[in-house]
Amino acid sequence: MSEANENDAAFEVRAWLKANWNPEQSLIDWRTKLADSGWGMPHWPKQWHGRGLPVRMLPAINDEFVAVGAVGAAATGPRILASVTLLEHASDAIKQRFLRRIITGEDGWCQLFSEPGSGSDLAGATTRADFDGTQWVINGQKVWNTSAHHADYGLLVARTDWDAPKHQGLSYFVIDMRQPGVQVLPLKQMNGHASFNQVFFTDAKIPADWIVGTKNNGWAVAMTTLAHERRPAVGVAGVSGEGRTGRAYAEARVEAEIANEPYKWYPQRAGRVDLVVTRAKKTGAWNDPVVRQEIARLLTMSRSTNWMARRAAAAQRIGKPQGPEGSLGKLAGSNVARQASHVHTLITGAESMLTGHDSPLDGIIAEILVSVPATSIAGGTDEIQRNIIGERVLGLPKDPRSDAGPFRDIPRNV
Amino acid sequence: MEYAFTDEQDQFRDVVRRFLGDRSPTTEVRRLMDTAEGYDAAVWQQLADDLALTGIHIPETYGGAGFGPVELCIAMEEQGRALLCAPYFSSCVLAAGAILHAAEDDQKANLLPAIASGQTRAALAVTEPNGRWSTSGIQALATRTGNGWVIDGEKSYVIDGCSAQQLIVVARTAGSTGDAGLSFFTVDPDATGVTRTALATMDATRKQAKVVFSRAPAELLGQPGAGAEPLSRTLDLAAIALANEMVGGAQALLDSAVAYANIRVQFGRAIGSFQAIKHKCADMLLDVELAKSAAYYAAQAAAEGDPQTPGLAAMAKAAAADAYMRTAANTIQIHGGIGFTWDNDTHLWFKRAKSSEVLFGDPTYHRELMLQRLEA
Repeated sequence: MSEANENDAAFEVRAWLKANWNPEQSLIDWRTKLADSGWGMPHWPKQWHGRGLPVRMLPAINDEFVAVGAVGAAATGPRILASVTLLEHASDAIKQRFLRRIITGEDGWCQLFSEPGSGSDLAGATTRADFDGTQWVINGQKVWNTSAHHADYGLLVARTDWDAPKHQGLSYFVIDMRQPGVQVLPLKQMNGHASFNQVFFTDAKIPADWIVGTKNNGWAVAMTTLAHERRPAVGVAGVSGEGRTGRAYAEARVEAEIANEPYKWYPQRAGRVDLVVTRAKKTGAWNDPVVRQEIARLLTMSRSTNWMARRAAAAQRIGKPQGPEGSLGKLAGSNVARQASHVHTLITGAESMLTGHDSPLDGIIAEILVSVPATSIAGGTDEIQRNIIGERVLGLPKDPRSDAGPFRDIPRNV
Repeated sequence: MEYAFTDEQDQFRDVVRRFLGDRSPTTEVRRLMDTAEGYDAAVWQQLADDLALTGIHIPETYGGAGFGPVELCIAMEEQGRALLCAPYFSSCVLAAGAILHAAEDDQKANLLPAIASGQTRAALAVTEPNGRWSTSGIQALATRTGNGWVIDGEKSYVIDGCSAQQLIVVARTAGSTGDAGLSFFTVDPDATGVTRTALATMDATRKQAKVVFSRAPAELLGQPGAGAEPLSRTLDLAAIALANEMVGGAQALLDSAVAYANIRVQFGRAIGSFQAIKHKCADMLLDVELAKSAAYYAAQAAAEGDPQTPGLAAMAKAAAADAYMRTAANTIQIHGGIGFTWDNDTHLWFKRAKSSEVLFGDPTYHRELMLQRLEA
């Protein structure tokens, strides 16, 4: 048997798509076929609704989906995080129960990691999971939970041993979000959006065997989820429903609209460098030598950041060892966003005091100014990034820790 | 656009780095910076004969190795890292660049092989005591005589101007202004009417001279009055090369700062374990890597003949200058008191950073150029 190659896979999926894809079927019917055939997640194991193909083949397979205009599996955003974590750590019973419904989109998921008392210090979680002899009982609060308000299941990190050191007393669970002990409330941000939720657990219940990995080994499992959080999603995306006619497309559009809603302001959060030159020319700030210097600084930072990412990607593509350029993007992005916000203020002048319809571009400028502060916090603060860069890239010694020993003795937020 | 160096380019870098590590330790830098000529003749010859660096980007037709701006910039980056004392930038980048961009084919065939082989060390004289970097600062006059040209005027900040065996001079015809009326000339520095004086440079590793021309005989290089365009291209390549030299120097400083932060103990801990120092080092790394990205991108653009090269050159120069200067200041800061001493090597790079920051225009000047060129 010859090594599987892209051409064989492309040939095979082309024939399969020809026989099965049709935009007039319902999304659930289509995705049922994707799950049955393994073409929705071709890189998953055969046993778990995939075809066991190497990840490198996905682009070639995706090209075939795009060629016929086929929609991909539902595994986007939190569903991807759930699936990679369950595939790597969960029992067969859990995999059996959930993986297929991730592909079909029947279940929505959310991540339940951050807490009001532990943000950067994720391992300091104090949400508790106590075993009452038959099931787990959950009490505590999580925060910054995207999609929790329409999720069916959550990925929960909770403390199961208070006498162990902090990283060794956590366990990782799947929790049913649709039960009386779980209350989901929107969290309104300073920019007016409510893209996240707060989740309160009051004697919420989890079946005994819905633990992912082993008891008190939740930190290692959480690391798998986190490793995929900032990585671009791996899979067969196919086409979106945008601008196409057919039942499956229409349903995909609705699904995407719900999924993308929390991220509407993310471009503004990154600073909208793309608007700067046009805006400066329009307002006349383009002729101000002081503003021009700041614009030039911004463009230099922004383009260099982009080129740095391309250097990292190019090195990876040809199999070179990862250089420092691959670890700096997040911190660089914060600097770009801050400088962009500064430049937008210079360009906008007095109108920077206005918001909504009175702010330029129907409020986009105001939204930039009040969204940029999130960039240097979300997904790892600049300070944590600098620690990581200093310690893992530059090899500087770690800070002496003051949180060793039993977790219950460590000072924490009250 | 290529974003990764090829295996061959990586090997080339390794060879250059090993050579310079061996032949340009800071003991040698310190020895040479105290000499008038500022370079070691034997090392220069090896640079030419063993590594073919002196003609790396000069076409094979003219006696060079036939590589391009990317390889030239690798050579520059490694020299910046090692702070090599040699007339490389002056002769191989500036003078050779001027000849490549301005001269007629027969003149190139006549002049370039000797520069490519390292036999002739040439220098480019553009800037004048007014210190203006644009063509408006060029006031030296070129006058046609019966059988050639003579130059009158004063050039300054001429890199390796005293030790050069050949001068390439930019001068203008009487009555012209700005970009008009500029021409390139070759001048024999030993001819009557040429007076060279060494300048006391803050960066002793890079020598500079003032050169006074008084009816100095000159030979026209290229077309009369058409010098502005080749000058601009010469300075763009120089800016890109200098940017790469600067990021090499900045990396050397960062390495030394991190090494020191790992071994220096205060309050019972290595100072690198304090976030005040650790975070500073992380920011320095980001600074250096961003400047490298701009410098590499500009070199690649020049190699590919990208029409945006002039704007990218200005961006790379500004970014590298700022990053180098900040890295130098932070490296002294991390070293604390010892970083301010003469015996510590940091000041050698600090002074190169300061000098390079200003040379051919400071970052403010280059940012304005960049905006005019990229976002007109």
